Amino acid sequence: MSTVVALARAEAVSRGVAQPISTVRHLHIAGRPLVLVALTLAGEANAPLAAMVGDAPESGHLLVVNQPRNRDQRFAFAAELAHIVVGYIESFQADAGMVRAGGRGEERRRFTDAPQLFVPNPATAGFVRLLGRSTRFRRPTGEYAVDPAVPVLGRWLTFLAERTEVPGSCLLLAATQALALHWATGQSAVEDLNLAALMGWIDPPAGLTGEQAALAAEDPVTWPPAGPATDPTFDNEVLAPLITACSRPHRSPERQQVAVINLRNALRDQLTPTWKLMWRAIDLLRALPAGARVAGRWDSDKDAFTGYSEHLRDGGPPQPRRDSAVAAASRLNSLERTQASYAAQRAFDDPLVLAQYRLTGEAFGGVVTAAEPDRVDATGKRRKLRPLITVLTHDPFRIDQGTAVISPARPGQSARVVSVSGEAAAASVVLELAGGMGRALTAAPGSVPAIGERISYTTLTDSYQPRGSFPDRADTPWTHGGPPPVYVPTQDDVTEDWS
Amino acid sequence: MNAVEARLDRIRGRVAPKSHNARTIAALTSNPGCARRAVMDAAGVDKQRLASYVGFPARFGQSQFAIGRGNAFESQVKANGCAELLRLLREQLALAIPEVSYDNLDDVGGNTSLPVRHARTRALLARAASSAEDAGTLFDHPLLRLEVGGRPVYLEPDLIAFQLRGSFHVVEIKSFPVIDGQADGDKVAAAVIQSAVYVHALRGLLTEIGIGQHAVSDTVVLVCPENFANRPTAALLDVRRQLTVLRRQLARLDRIEALLDVLPDGLTFDLEPDAGGVPRRAPAAVADAIGLVEARYAPECLASCEMCFFCRAEARGRTVSLGRDVHDELGAVDEVSIVLGLADGAAEPSVEQAEAAEMLRAAARLRRECLGDVA
Repeated sequence: MSTVVALARAEAVSRGVAQPISTVRHLHIAGRPLVLVALTLAGEANAPLAAMVGDAPESGHLLVVNQPRNRDQRFAFAAELAHIVVGYIESFQADAGMVRAGGRGEERRRFTDAPQLFVPNPATAGFVRLLGRSTRFRRPTGEYAVDPAVPVLGRWLTFLAERTEVPGSCLLLAATQALALHWATGQSAVEDLNLAALMGWIDPPAGLTGEQAALAAEDPVTWPPAGPATDPTFDNEVLAPLITACSRPHRSPERQQVAVINLRNALRDQLTPTWKLMWRAIDLLRALPAGARVAGRWDSDKDAFTGYSEHLRDGGPPQPRRDSAVAAASRLNSLERTQASYAAQRAFDDPLVLAQYRLTGEAFGGVVTAAEPDRVDATGKRRKLRPLITVLTHDPFRIDQGTAVISPARPGQSARVVSVSGEAAAASVVLELAGGMGRALTAAPGSVPAIGERISYTTLTDSYQPRGSFPDRADTPWTHGGPPPVYVPTQDDVTEDWS
Repeated sequence: MNAVEARLDRIRGRVAPKSHNARTIAALTSNPGCARRAVMDAAGVDKQRLASYVGFPARFGQSQFAIGRGNAFESQVKANGCAELLRLLREQLALAIPEVSYDNLDDVGGNTSLPVRHARTRALLARAASSAEDAGTLFDHPLLRLEVGGRPVYLEPDLIAFQLRGSFHVVEIKSFPVIDGQADGDKVAAAVIQSAVYVHALRGLLTEIGIGQHAVSDTVVLVCPENFANRPTAALLDVRRQLTVLRRQLARLDRIEALLDVLPDGLTFDLEPDAGGVPRRAPAAVADAIGLVEARYAPECLASCEMCFFCRAEARGRTVSLGRDVHDELGAVDEVSIVLGLADGAAEPSVEQAEAAEMLRAAARLRRECLGDVA
């Protein structure tokens, strides 16, 4: 939260509609995303009750567990879901190309596109993670055998859920988070977790203000919860009698069938409003122009997808229940580096995100008031082209002299703050530029910001940061429990209760 | 009855006070600065009914599936004289618990009256505490008593207290799962604060019979289902921090007088029921009465307080209804209209708003610059 975003929320209150907090889209939206809306049975540990899943608005498959406490029915649900989800994922494994890897002309294989799972909210992403956990260790043979697709589903869902921890990854997206990254509503972040209310603020129906639409969206009768938790009143008044009817023994097949159809219809009615909202949310996001660095991050997602596809193809084991100490430390280090790079990339792509940093003094913007494009620094052994420019900024300037800064408009050129003069609300900043101007001692045309040009500079960098060094698994120090035992899938994992 | 109690009775009106349970007491700690909530809770007002009456019913329903699962899990852990629980305490927590007996305090020889059950609980705990060795008894459903706002409240916890090495321990049984050693943080936090209420009440009871605070451990045992199965697992939790918060908030309710002093004398939430119990008072008049007691609304209230929708509607146009972080980022300026006025230069900042105004003007300028005429 920054003052720029907070102010947008205040504006949303007075204008009665959500306000943009970005000028570009920071997420990749797939051409054919797979939407999943899921419901669980209250009180149980991630017991699926129903789901609607599909890769087009008109092809939502309804999956229902007639008796959610029945283990066989749970696995039947998992198998049905597996065929849809795994089928969808594998459809992206047909086309691959070679891309450059590293600087020495090496190449690696990358699928040309990757799957994207779209869920309503972070809680459903949590459902995906736990469903992955409860299915990935199963086996298709032996006692407690399950459909061969079930453990594959578990591994993919776990892979997707783990990727959500990577800042900027778009393989699994929660709609509320994706929308809240681009719009500020006139309500709180807690209330933004309600997809229908959030959409009400962003895209209110004709004749309603965002506030009215959001208020209407809080009525669970017209807008059932987006899951995975159900509305308790629905549970007590509708669901419980229908489930009881489905599990009544000794009755005619006709009546049994009617009971099952009634249950399916009731659950379809709970899921459909959210299903439609999801596709509207996707359309809204698609309508935004993509940021310049979105495609690059999607390439990393494709790499991760390719890598895990190969791991599965080569018969790799399922993800362990918990990371070992070394794996966890290395993963955390990688997430931190990605976080810094993602923050910088968003600021580079989007002046409105950069504005947050301008307000806190980590960036500044203004107009070029003076330029010496052909200045040469002759103090060293070699003469170097080091143009000077002066930028007049009205931003609160808090960057120290000598600090290196970069302009999002010219990421290949570095600048150093030489001096600052003037008053706080109108500072003149002199910058010395290096790089990105050609090889000659005179700058290539247009490579030095000209007088009158609007430009901004920031201390954020998206440059490569070396990864931390960590010991091998086998050298895990005793402070961290010593070398961990090698993970061998056990029969306990395979036969674990799911009740 | 003293003056404060009489005053609270008048505020509540002609209905019996709503009784507290560990959950409602735990909720007291979630927004300690709210005078409205403190007065209503001290007076024993039925907030759910009041909120519905003025047109803002809260939605805190519980699914029968969740209740059923909770009860089933609890009875499983307690079956056969708590066999399963003892196994956990001995094997998982490595507690050296000797042979034990099991005392169910649900009733006393068939008598279920609260004072009788409380007296029995007291007597049994006193005997256990004064015996030299570990008495080795599990107490199920002990009936505890706590003073809330000067009024005794009976707490009927779904718990077992047992004594080990001279101190009592509280066991809390919850049906949310612990998966690969991790549970939902919010649910654990709620369980911890509820356990703290029990520890506090148990300490109160022992203090009454002359036994010191140390006799109740500030470490509680949390029992939950493990992974996706029904098999229970146990963990020890430290509740010291929650105890401090709870004590402070309960002490505040005891000083409710100070809050009452600033309220108009005739204040009441009475619904003026007729002979048949049908309320006759105009909802608008009741809403006005509620408005006389100052609330401190924050979006977090939506998760815990029955008055939340009323207070939210009342806080419309105030920055705090957008979240405390938003309120802070806006320089702690209270009104949205003033924020916007300061941002576009239409409003003249007061001395204490000067810094906030500068920040807001800069933010507004940056938004205009980036969005052009759109914003």
